[in-house]
Amino acid sequence: MLQERAPNFAKMVEADRVRKEVYTDAQIFEREMERIHETVWIYCGHESQVPRAGDYCTVQIGRQPMIMVRGKSGKVNVLYNRCPHRGNMICGDREGNTGEQFRCSYHAWTFQLDGRLKNIPMKSAYEGTRYQAKGGKDNPDCSMKKAARVENYRGFVFASLASDGPSLKNFLGKSIVAFDDMCDRAPAGEVEVVPNCFRVIQHSNWKLFLENQLDALHPSVVHQSTGRAAHEVEKILAKKARGGAAPLSYHMLSAFATVTIDKWDDFQTINYPYGHCILTGYMGLRPQDPDTLAYDKVMIKAYGKKRFEQIVGVNIHHVLVYPGLSVQSPLQQLRAVRPLGVDRTLTEIWHFRLKGAPEAIYRRSLAYYNLVNSPATLINADDLENFWKCHQGLSSDGGDWVSLARHHGRDIEKDGVVSSGPKMGTSEAPMRNQMKAWAKFMQA
Amino acid sequence: MKAQHDVEQFLYKQSGLLDTKQWQKWIDLFTPDGIYWMPPDASYKTWDGQPAIFAEDKNLMTVRMLRVLHPDAWSQRPLWETNHVVSNVSIKNESKNGDVEVTSRFHMMELRRDDVRHFAGSYMHKLKKTKMGYAIQLQRVDMTNAQAAYDYVLQVWV
Repeated sequence: MLQERAPNFAKMVEADRVRKEVYTDAQIFEREMERIHETVWIYCGHESQVPRAGDYCTVQIGRQPMIMVRGKSGKVNVLYNRCPHRGNMICGDREGNTGEQFRCSYHAWTFQLDGRLKNIPMKSAYEGTRYQAKGGKDNPDCSMKKAARVENYRGFVFASLASDGPSLKNFLGKSIVAFDDMCDRAPAGEVEVVPNCFRVIQHSNWKLFLENQLDALHPSVVHQSTGRAAHEVEKILAKKARGGAAPLSYHMLSAFATVTIDKWDDFQTINYPYGHCILTGYMGLRPQDPDTLAYDKVMIKAYGKKRFEQIVGVNIHHVLVYPGLSVQSPLQQLRAVRPLGVDRTLTEIWHFRLKGAPEAIYRRSLAYYNLVNSPATLINADDLENFWKCHQGLSSDGGDWVSLARHHGRDIEKDGVVSSGPKMGTSEAPMRNQMKAWAKFMQA
Repeated sequence: MKAQHDVEQFLYKQSGLLDTKQWQKWIDLFTPDGIYWMPPDASYKTWDGQPAIFAEDKNLMTVRMLRVLHPDAWSQRPLWETNHVVSNVSIKNESKNGDVEVTSRFHMMELRRDDVRHFAGSYMHKLKKTKMGYAIQLQRVDMTNAQAAYDYVLQVWV
């Protein structure tokens, strides 16, 4: 169909439903990469991943292999991972330290950490050619190409491969709370990455993952098995503790069963321009255990009582930063979504340490990181099973549309922000909002 | 020589219980404070307080077991089977009371739906000698592909 005529993207997205090809068509995927991932601000990594000059890690933006590298001046640069000579990839490892320069493994062209040419072996061979002609070492023909724009917000580094467009802050809008909430919860006001991310590949379109993140209807259905299992053990442990409680990690898991399907309507989704969304919810509740109380003390000392109350009162379960980031700021974890193909998606899952917070607080969110987000996850295994099944069903001729109609018509819109209605937390408003943004990007 | 033989038999039994999905019997192999640990990288020295693919005491093992046995564990519906081969068993340390530290290599083939995956790596077991035979104080599993992206996930212990 698409080979015969240019697709009309506006017709693929209706107010309450979406064409199945949006998830399964390889040509639509290519256009998404071009119009969305290779245009808007994409998360590259946290600056604490590259603390010293020459430290680098490789990252995929859309279809483009990129390098995030700490420069000599301390600035973090984002470059295309490609030698301008014959196109060889410069860094073959996922991460490392390249010293004072990049050196191509093919013909030994060398580059500064900001991508500018440093040297070419037996350079006189280029005399009179375009490679010698203009600009000397700043000549773009001889340099590693830079990402068009790079910005760093509180240590989180983003790049945009398009020179035009909104600034990072304007693009993020209210979803910037994901990074503020994470950093503010640190007594020192910043976070650092915990080395080694978990990487898991799912066999489905990237959008299925994003839609699932703020889908409040699914947890009690999909994760019931783990919720029940954790609840059984939690009860036994609480009994053994004689009036005490089981570790909080059991509660985080059992909540998937004890928060029953109807209770999820108590939460709210708030949907912003460019497809970003927030799900408010239970992670904002404050336990009163000794670890939390000790943390509260350190926080009050750092911020004062009033500011402290503001910080820990931020009521967020999840922030979705379209099109590739899901942040659970109260637990300091972040999932970066890297599309590999129309039916394959990589998630990189990172955990952050709150600088200045007691060890127990780190360990609490670490437990969640290991149990929920590791490759042996007790939770995401069932999500991934559903994603795969979704992709199989959507690839069939059993129907043409995906329904996003739950609570459609009951959203509350004000100043471009769409909130799910009262007691409608399971609304499919976040999916409608993402698809609205998608259609806009694709038509642009 | 006797210890070598006993240890080998114990390791075969351990992996055999996994392959035959006898989860409770497998958990019973551990001492009350026993830990099953799969680090994300071979450089890790301790399971405690660090990212881990698995870092489970018997309580968490029980959660995992109850989960996979639950009728609504959707990812458990499709047929899946595993087959372990354990080899290169080498006792590194044997204390006077008979406790041993032993390394070995494993290869696990997994079938899930129509897909076959292969996992390989090394085991490090700290085994306590009890009246009933050996009990696992620590089972460390270093996957050769620990740092590679996991195509889908691991549902149960390796």
